[in-house]
Amino acid sequence: MRASLVNQLRVLVPIKRTIDYAVKIRVASDGKGVDQNVKFSMNPFDEIAVEEAVRLREKYKDAITKITVVSVGPPKAADVLRTALAMGADDAIHVEVPDKASANPLEPLGVSKILTEVVKKAGEEEEVGLIIMGKQAIDDDASQTGQMLAGLLNWPQATYASKLEFPSGKPEKGAEAQVTREIDGGLGIVKTKLPFVMTTDLRLNEPRYASLPNIMKAKKKPFKKLSLKDLGLEDAVKPRQEILKVAEPPKREGGAKVKNVDELISKLKEAGRI
Amino acid sequence: MIATAVLPRVALRSANTSVRTALPLRRGFATSHVDLANTLVFLEHKKGIFNPATLSALTAAQKLGGDVDALVVGGESEASEVAEKAAKFPGLKKVLYAKHADFANNLSEPLAPLIKKIVESNGYSHVCTGHTAVGRDIFPRAAALLDSSQVSDIIGLEGEDTFVRPIYAGNAIATLKSSDKVKIFTVRGTAFDAAAQKGGSATTAEVKPDAVESLTDLIEEKVSESSRPDLATAPRVVSGGRALKSADNFVKYIEPLADRLNAAVGASRAAVDAGYADNALQVGQTGKIIAPELYIAVGISGAIQHLAGMKDSKTIVAINKDADAPIFQVADLGLVADLYEAVPEMLEKIK
Repeated sequence: MRASLVNQLRVLVPIKRTIDYAVKIRVASDGKGVDQNVKFSMNPFDEIAVEEAVRLREKYKDAITKITVVSVGPPKAADVLRTALAMGADDAIHVEVPDKASANPLEPLGVSKILTEVVKKAGEEEEVGLIIMGKQAIDDDASQTGQMLAGLLNWPQATYASKLEFPSGKPEKGAEAQVTREIDGGLGIVKTKLPFVMTTDLRLNEPRYASLPNIMKAKKKPFKKLSLKDLGLEDAVKPRQEILKVAEPPKREGGAKVKNVDELISKLKEAGRI
Repeated sequence: MIATAVLPRVALRSANTSVRTALPLRRGFATSHVDLANTLVFLEHKKGIFNPATLSALTAAQKLGGDVDALVVGGESEASEVAEKAAKFPGLKKVLYAKHADFANNLSEPLAPLIKKIVESNGYSHVCTGHTAVGRDIFPRAAALLDSSQVSDIIGLEGEDTFVRPIYAGNAIATLKSSDKVKIFTVRGTAFDAAAQKGGSATTAEVKPDAVESLTDLIEEKVSESSRPDLATAPRVVSGGRALKSADNFVKYIEPLADRLNAAVGASRAAVDAGYADNALQVGQTGKIIAPELYIAVGISGAIQHLAGMKDSKTIVAINKDADAPIFQVADLGLVADLYEAVPEMLEKIK
């Protein structure tokens, strides 16, 4: 039996193109950013968000009408949107911002304002009922955007999620959700109602690899481009923070090796550490 | 104690604030018009026990100069009591407290509007707390409501508008200048000393929240019970990695060594993901960031993600079979050995 259309859910997954997590970062010669001529990929926490959305549909079949991925970034951010489409998302929205390299990147506040408008605009065709996104980007390590977006939308938030469940049956508008969150010292379980913003922790799931046929299929999926002008946000997202300097962290002295346990213990005693 | 709906403002401060508000935001504005900071610190506590990162945030706030007030929230019965405790923290002028059944669980939806209300009615120029699970959850939401671009996880302050923070998992350190009217930041607990908790005499005042909207409810918390020192603040930490091979070995090798040294137990992500240790013990970019006096990494290769969580430790010891493991590049003392032999030998020889 098909669920009635009114209760079905559209899931929005904001994703970010970041320097690949395995790349050893180098501070740029101008001292204002890091070297950008390296491998980029989808922020790992966002991959988990895409995976969770796709799994929700696999689990609840008809309950989810559409998974829309959105990225705010330079032209090359289109690559990560294609990856997300190949993982199983249905359509993509790319809010294109000029590529100004590393100088003064968009801040989470600006991104959350843009996403707020995207949610509204997407709602004109079909309302968004759940937003799943990474808990932080591995470049700026800010861990802010999901919370800011929830605040601006006045939606509930469930951050640092390691489990998402729908005790009442399935995800539909107004349904209750139970989210297990990773907190200092253990886990916290919260209950909230759709729509809400969830941010993903690493343990939520293990993202799939996109297969070649799915990568080919992804090329044909709907892909919409928007500019800040389209959203009326050209001024609203001006950076509030000026990066004065980016520096290498203090280097640690490469370690001396000890021969055996006795030497280790005596050196630790000498240093007053034990 | 008198409950006040809108808190009294200092006349001079409110004059300054209105001048600031009237001027457009411009880069470099803050330095051309320096006035003393007026800072609110959100003091995080759990049943009256203050989070250590909160005490570091207090130290950071005091470095800004100017007045420092604190905010304490809690359930109906606890808030005023905890506020009295906080009033003894030296250097605080005033402790504001707000009580509501929904404040006890530190949920962001009711607390972010409360912070916005207090900041706006008192004209605070700076608001900070620890970069903890609670601080990370509440503060960005409050920042968005105040239209402020938050600065997360600061490790240094270079003036009232200039912050130092790690980016790219600590592989680069950024210094940035904020032009926000209200500067909202979270503080890395290990980067500032903990503020003293005795000797002060601040006043306390209740703030009545506006209608509290509860969008989420806490059902339960599962906190790992442990008699060992707290990982985030322990002076010594013994950490185990993938090489432990099982949860049993973690108990058999890592825990006794930690107990012998009166150390906290930590784990790498690999050990946590494999189920050898609880995820609350994870040290790294996505877990806890710690800086103990002594960090002993047992069977941990030293992935970038892990190093981000412990490379500021005073002394790092690595015990690993693989002489080429990256952990040896940061370890002060490295022992290339099989942990199953080295750890029991250490236990025997450390008395």
